[in-house]
Amino acid sequence: MSKPRSIKLTVNGTAYEHTVEPRLLLADFLRNTLGLTGTHVGCEHGVCGACTVLVGGDSVRACLMFAVQADGCSIETVEGLGSIAQLNPLQEAFREHHALQCGFCTPGMLMTATDMIRKYPLATDDEIREGLSGNLCRCTGYEHIVQAIRAVVARNAGKVR
Amino acid sequence: MTEPAEIHTRPKIVGARIKRTEDPRLLTGLGGYVDDKQVPRLLHVAFRRSDHSHARIRAIDCAAARAAPGVVAVFTADDMQSLVKPLRATSRMAGYHATPILPLASGKVRYVGEPVVGVIAESRYLAEDALELIAIDFEPLPVVVDPEEAARPGAPLLHEEAGTNVLIAREFKRGDVDAAIEAAPVRVKGRFRMRRKTAVAIEPRAYLAEHEAGRDAITLHSATQIPGIVRDALAEALDMPGHRLRVVAPDVGGGFGGKGSLYPEEIFVCAAARALARPVKWTSDRMEDLAATSQAFDEIVDAELGLDKEGRALGLRADVIGDVGAYSIYPWTAGLEPVQVVSFLPGPYRIQHYRGRVRAVATSKAPTGPYRGVGRPISTFVMERLMDMAASRIGIDPREIRARNFVRPEEFPYKTGSGIVWDRSGFSECLTAACDKLGYDDLRAKQAKARAAGRWFGIGIASYAELTGIGSRISVAPGMPINTGTETATIRIDSTGAVTASFGIASHGQGLETTLAQVVAEHLGARIEDIRIVQGDSSAVAGSTGTYASRSAVLAGGAATLAAQAVSEKVLVVASHLLEAAAGDLIAGNGRISVAGTDRSVAFREVARAVYSEMGRLPPELRDELAATKTYDPVFGTTTSATHIATLEIDPQTYEVRIGRFVVAEDCGRLINPLIVDGQVHGGVAQGIGAALYEEVVYDDQGQIHTASLVDYVVPSAAEIPPMDVVHLETESPTTLGGFRGMGEGGTIGAPAAVANAIADALSPLGIEINELPITPERLFRLIGAAQAKV
Repeated sequence: MSKPRSIKLTVNGTAYEHTVEPRLLLADFLRNTLGLTGTHVGCEHGVCGACTVLVGGDSVRACLMFAVQADGCSIETVEGLGSIAQLNPLQEAFREHHALQCGFCTPGMLMTATDMIRKYPLATDDEIREGLSGNLCRCTGYEHIVQAIRAVVARNAGKVR
Repeated sequence: MTEPAEIHTRPKIVGARIKRTEDPRLLTGLGGYVDDKQVPRLLHVAFRRSDHSHARIRAIDCAAARAAPGVVAVFTADDMQSLVKPLRATSRMAGYHATPILPLASGKVRYVGEPVVGVIAESRYLAEDALELIAIDFEPLPVVVDPEEAARPGAPLLHEEAGTNVLIAREFKRGDVDAAIEAAPVRVKGRFRMRRKTAVAIEPRAYLAEHEAGRDAITLHSATQIPGIVRDALAEALDMPGHRLRVVAPDVGGGFGGKGSLYPEEIFVCAAARALARPVKWTSDRMEDLAATSQAFDEIVDAELGLDKEGRALGLRADVIGDVGAYSIYPWTAGLEPVQVVSFLPGPYRIQHYRGRVRAVATSKAPTGPYRGVGRPISTFVMERLMDMAASRIGIDPREIRARNFVRPEEFPYKTGSGIVWDRSGFSECLTAACDKLGYDDLRAKQAKARAAGRWFGIGIASYAELTGIGSRISVAPGMPINTGTETATIRIDSTGAVTASFGIASHGQGLETTLAQVVAEHLGARIEDIRIVQGDSSAVAGSTGTYASRSAVLAGGAATLAAQAVSEKVLVVASHLLEAAAGDLIAGNGRISVAGTDRSVAFREVARAVYSEMGRLPPELRDELAATKTYDPVFGTTTSATHIATLEIDPQTYEVRIGRFVVAEDCGRLINPLIVDGQVHGGVAQGIGAALYEEVVYDDQGQIHTASLVDYVVPSAAEIPPMDVVHLETESPTTLGGFRGMGEGGTIGAPAAVANAIADALSPLGIEINELPITPERLFRLIGAAQAKV
């Protein structure tokens, strides 16, 4: 075990400074140190995508990154999207289309979808499915998730026009 | 009590596409799963697990681990002996051998991944560090990997005290099947195999036990489907009364049967928390989940079907070997999965002569247990393959052979050769609806063109029936000492007018907080937002089990109906007094009770205040608590049926199977919430497609598991799962309250057979039969290569 190190980072716009062991996973740091338990851990080997967060605007597996690697970074998690009183449009679309069942993969799905929607036109459902292929859901069969993302993409396209 | 007439005059709540109550918290990261719980002084467990398939434990040296930084305690089976009594999944089935369930392996290990030593430390990181310091002296024993070899006399035994590896053998029969098949002009048969799979809920299992020293009480927070069963089992294992044990299943991240049994780790954290007087948590990592959560399927079925020249089935016989792994799982027993294969093999068809024999054989692999569909994915795979083989032999369309064999509407209730009774359900109607939705005839024409162009394009049909919402007369697994057939609801209006409805079920994605609130709202006249559903808590009602076997909407929906009607009567008595109107003139709806045809009304809140708080508003004899507890028992259960149709194409270069369309026409009776039913069907089909094409737990000939990561165990992603069309036929069940039928498992039952039939159809020019699932690209490569070599 090497010595604890001090890190500074922002999560959902709030600045944090903590001293952590170098081996502490970013997922465990978010969940246990900061108490942001919305980021879930499903496999700890980068396949299921439940722990997906945005680091510097890019989707990242929080189980494949150490907290010390996030030093100086700006992180977004599911807690930063919207509130129970005011869901953001993506969260609202997930609810409207019944795109979640047990809810465990949902934070990762939402963060991946946020990243996709910001960066890509997502002109076809195949593109949406391809973009989601790094996030496993065992409940929904994906159909309603694709529909929810499609609805947000359509709504955004309407706004641009 | 007859339904008040006014219910028909307001919008139906049952049947509406209502957005889920659960969603806001789950969408904002505010759900509360077991591992999210932050508890002061929490200790963490890591298990040293067996890396042997079958071995004697000669000695365990934990001295260095005990001295490691942050370690608080280290437990072996010997240390647990004084803390925990062994449990057994007992059954009245003749010739059944139960196996002991202990928190840690004692004397022997019987599968790779079995917990042997539990290390408890101040953090999971430190607990895992200490695992490496434990030395276990194993004496390897002969592995017991092949179920057919294991079933032979003289095979090495996993459980010496049983005297055999065959934990249960059963036979169901009607008529003279051998004579019927010998005399049949058309006979088709095969050896079918469905490989071992596993549930892979995205939330791994997690258990956190809190011990309250002042009254020696334990609360176990468990990612389980069955908090009631676990509470009762712990009472026995820990020798404690139920009121000092509470099992809470908070938000649970999927189960699919994998969280539907009692686990050694649940017993361990409770015993450890009690011994150490500190909270203790274990969260499974994915490797542990893949190696030690209950697995599924793994059967070999030799089956033969005899038919007349027109394709009408005359007789069916089958021998089934189920590889059930190392232990008879608690409480369901090793019989659960394989026995259901022979129970449901005749499917939705009229077959006079039947014999199904089954043996459940122990092997040195992880135990199998309940998994979505239980037995019926395999029975449907086998029966539907036989139907297609027969259709091809006779030269009729797969749709036609099913239509000729279905139990006809006038024949319900129909008893199958295995003794299952089907109540009226839309067998033929589902087939017709699915074909219509797909445009079946047009697709066959398209297929002819594709085939002429040399493409491997296939269409596969699967029809099935299942028994759901099973009541007390038909146990989920025969002879178990637990009652899966009733469900209790307690509904209470408190002094603020808020409604709390408590159940024994345990939702883990099904949206039961929403659907049960719909049922309560409908019968009580309360607003959905004023109703809280309490579930997933063994203390909610006196006796409970949980959520499994497509039971919760039917059983809890029935209990909710009865209890809501009873509370409604009490509300109307009070409202009648307050409004000075006859109870028969009152309408309850949207949180108020109104006098029909007037503008006079009172809110539930006012009724509650009159009963509980405002002295003098009611005569004393009317001051009855606004609460009722009712238990519902559907006694037998009800039939759910469906037809699935898949279309697909096989890439001739890579042998990748691309599913084009997937249509489901299902009859689950009256829908409570169509949005949720669609979601259940989609998810079930996705798991069925996984079972057909991708998912396989692989053990080698030394009993080592080769699929202990999600890289090796392939769960389909959005890119592999096709869009789906779902058609609902709402034949209200004649046997259940509300007309509901269970439907959570159906998707997984039909899809493997539909995909297998579509692949066989695509490859029919090569004469290839698909008799083994999953049909991976490698298996396709071998089959196609062998067929082409013959040409």
